[in-house]
Amino acid sequence: MDALLFRSGGWFCAFLLAVVACMLAVDSAFAIQMGIVAVAALVTLVATLRQADFETLGGRSGRPVATGYYDDVIRWGVIATMFWGLAGFLAGLYIALQLAFPALNLGLEYSSFGRLRPLHTSAVIFAFGGNALICTSFWVVQRTCRARLAFPALARFVFWGYQLFIVLAATGYLLGITEGREYAEPEWYVDIWLTIIWVSYLAVYLGTIVRRSEPHIYVANWFYLSFIVTVAMLHLVNNMSMPVSLFGSKSYSAFAGVQDALTQWWYGHNAVGFFLTAGFLGMMYYFVPKQAERPVYSYRLSIVHFWSLIFLYIWAGPHHLHYTALPDWAQTLGMVFSVMLWMPSWGGMINGLMTLSGAWDKVRTDPIIRMMVLALAFYGMSTFEGPMMSVKAVNSLSHYTDWTIGHVHSGALGWNGMITFAAIYFLTPRLWGRTRLYSLRMINWHFWAATLGIVLYASSMWVAGIMQGLMWREYGADGYLVYAFADVIAAMKPYYLIRATGGILYLAGALIMAWNIAQTIRGKLRDEAPLADAPYDPALDKPIQPVAA
Amino acid sequence: MTYDLLRHAADSWGLLFLTLVFVFAVWRAFRPSARAHHRDASLIPFRDESPNDD
Amino acid sequence: MASKILDHGKIERNVTLLLILALITVAIGGIVEIAPLFWIDSTVEKVKGVRPYTPLELAGRNVYIREGCYNCHSQMIRPFRDEVERYGRYSLAAESMYDHPFQWGSKRTGPDLARVGGRYSDEWHVQHLADPRSVVPESIMPGYAFLKTRDLPVDRLDAHLRALRRVGVPYSDEDIAKAVEDAMAQADPDADASGLKARYPKAQARDFDGDPKRLTEMDALVAYLQMLGTLVDTRAAEPMEQAR
Repeated sequence: MDALLFRSGGWFCAFLLAVVACMLAVDSAFAIQMGIVAVAALVTLVATLRQADFETLGGRSGRPVATGYYDDVIRWGVIATMFWGLAGFLAGLYIALQLAFPALNLGLEYSSFGRLRPLHTSAVIFAFGGNALICTSFWVVQRTCRARLAFPALARFVFWGYQLFIVLAATGYLLGITEGREYAEPEWYVDIWLTIIWVSYLAVYLGTIVRRSEPHIYVANWFYLSFIVTVAMLHLVNNMSMPVSLFGSKSYSAFAGVQDALTQWWYGHNAVGFFLTAGFLGMMYYFVPKQAERPVYSYRLSIVHFWSLIFLYIWAGPHHLHYTALPDWAQTLGMVFSVMLWMPSWGGMINGLMTLSGAWDKVRTDPIIRMMVLALAFYGMSTFEGPMMSVKAVNSLSHYTDWTIGHVHSGALGWNGMITFAAIYFLTPRLWGRTRLYSLRMINWHFWAATLGIVLYASSMWVAGIMQGLMWREYGADGYLVYAFADVIAAMKPYYLIRATGGILYLAGALIMAWNIAQTIRGKLRDEAPLADAPYDPALDKPIQPVAA
Repeated sequence: MTYDLLRHAADSWGLLFLTLVFVFAVWRAFRPSARAHHRDASLIPFRDESPNDD
Repeated sequence: MASKILDHGKIERNVTLLLILALITVAIGGIVEIAPLFWIDSTVEKVKGVRPYTPLELAGRNVYIREGCYNCHSQMIRPFRDEVERYGRYSLAAESMYDHPFQWGSKRTGPDLARVGGRYSDEWHVQHLADPRSVVPESIMPGYAFLKTRDLPVDRLDAHLRALRRVGVPYSDEDIAKAVEDAMAQADPDADASGLKARYPKAQARDFDGDPKRLTEMDALVAYLQMLGTLVDTRAAEPMEQAR
């Protein structure tokens, strides 16, 4: 009873605080954000009271003993991943079209590219990717530790608190609340909220590992753990800022100029390294062996992969600042470590791919395996392209162009997207106790739509980016620059259109997936011919009889 | 605590220390006596029928 | 003891050890790379002419950040012949020493703006911001006509300066006390801007948005754009840079 009182009282206090902050707000955007917080606190308060088991609290019945894995929050996580994925892909498609058809900015502040682009990046990285990481990590840590999730209530708090973080960040961007540094745009109060969530996440994760009944900590957990800890470190250091008012949204970064730039790209690059790489490698090291039904190719390689990856990645940030006002030694350091990163990355890719050795036929028969293989292929491709682009000579051409955008998307759509889709296809029937997915053939459709989409996206942006870089630096025989900046913009249009087409295909694939997942959750099975080899008819399997003379 | 001191520490002892840590990690992973242990560890994902929580 | 540590699975079994080792590994990179920038003075050489933003420029900069201009415009000219020719002399570290946060950007969907100040007239900027394609037909920039009709909230600018002083920008007590007054004076052709110009050398004071009666967000943004890259006499800064 005390616990219930404490909890509901806490939510009520949070509600009151939010209302007070809303009333004292110095800018209207902050007032709206606090209004959202107040609503969230109120909903949580009502939910807490409604779900309280008063029979047990009153001592009229025994406390039920929880057994088995705690999967409730993972089920919500799968749905949230799907939802935010669609939202993020749609936002991406829209801003891609804005670059081809600027009229789509609509002349409104809320729908301009500058505000929607952070919405897109945060929605796909932190909302789609983040939810995928949280829910799969909760699944993996329980299974590989053979222990029930520690602190289920805290895990629920992590999940729903993270959704509030997403909503606050996203509405903030639309309202013009931003710290103005890429991928770290949420303002100070949202950052504080995320810190609370993240510490709770670490507590749940560590708590589960401590309770494990498997003596060895499986390597996937190492990757997840380094992802959680490093992101905490990056987030805390990079978001140090000074609010103008405790009741206003605006804050100023604690660092300035060069220091701010290096801190930000140290964060930005390692967000890629630890959020989009280490975390997703944790996913890979569990789900690929599971789906292939064979252990990882080389466990020792996975250990070396882990240590070399986290050791090298953290240094690579300055390659985002080549030829800028950053001191030269820092640039060179960043370049050297980026090039070295190629090795562990490919070690990891080979480890993942070779897990299928002896079972390559599954690539043909199992569409989920096929997605995983494609994800690993794109992981390998973008981890080759990345080090190449961090070489200063290449970077002098590629920086500031759409080549970077193409590179990021071959990694994000190919590696992160595909491995997440595969993991969700794996999890859904197991989480909802279905015999199989609604349809395996629809995974096939999803696979091809997404693959074609990525190919269109990446190839158009490569061509466009290199063209853009070359046009900017093109000199005529007279010794003058040949192209005005506006000429280069005009030349980009066809490529922007091809890119948007790729985006449509990728989104279409995700829509097929959403339908498939929704039907699976509802317990439907699509009546379809099984995915199988080419039909075999023994009656026909013989040489043609020579016609009698 | 000066910049020079930090830089020198970083590119001499610091570098040596990190290299040794890394070599140690690689050696640990590849030494023959760990083979059986690693084989066992790689099978962990297939032993997940129920939590042995008590 | 040694055999116990080396025995299989000590690290792999001890989650605290694993956590601490991983944290040390990732922390060292950041410390070695980032910390020196805070220790050495040579990272940001003092260059003559660099000063903190005037309150109006700061307000304009905040509009620039709010609208996400950094998503498409860089403010960092690299030392290449074509960039220097296209955008002006390459950027110096000192030029962004009061930028909380920095706005170097990472993408040039639109051109670099590090030295856009003084390149176009105020009228051009207002027209271009309100309807980009009426000035540059190829442009794909969103229109920001609403900035013209929205009053700039100035009454809390002193709090902004105070927050910046807390993170190291050398605003004086007088700067802070006169922040609101300075902001109004900079965009009002009838006001006496001598105090402003004494406190902020090279500050440009005039009506920026073509509507002298109102102080709008457009005033602030254009004031900011028109000062970008104008503070440092780049020719004078050259020998200092080479000395490094």
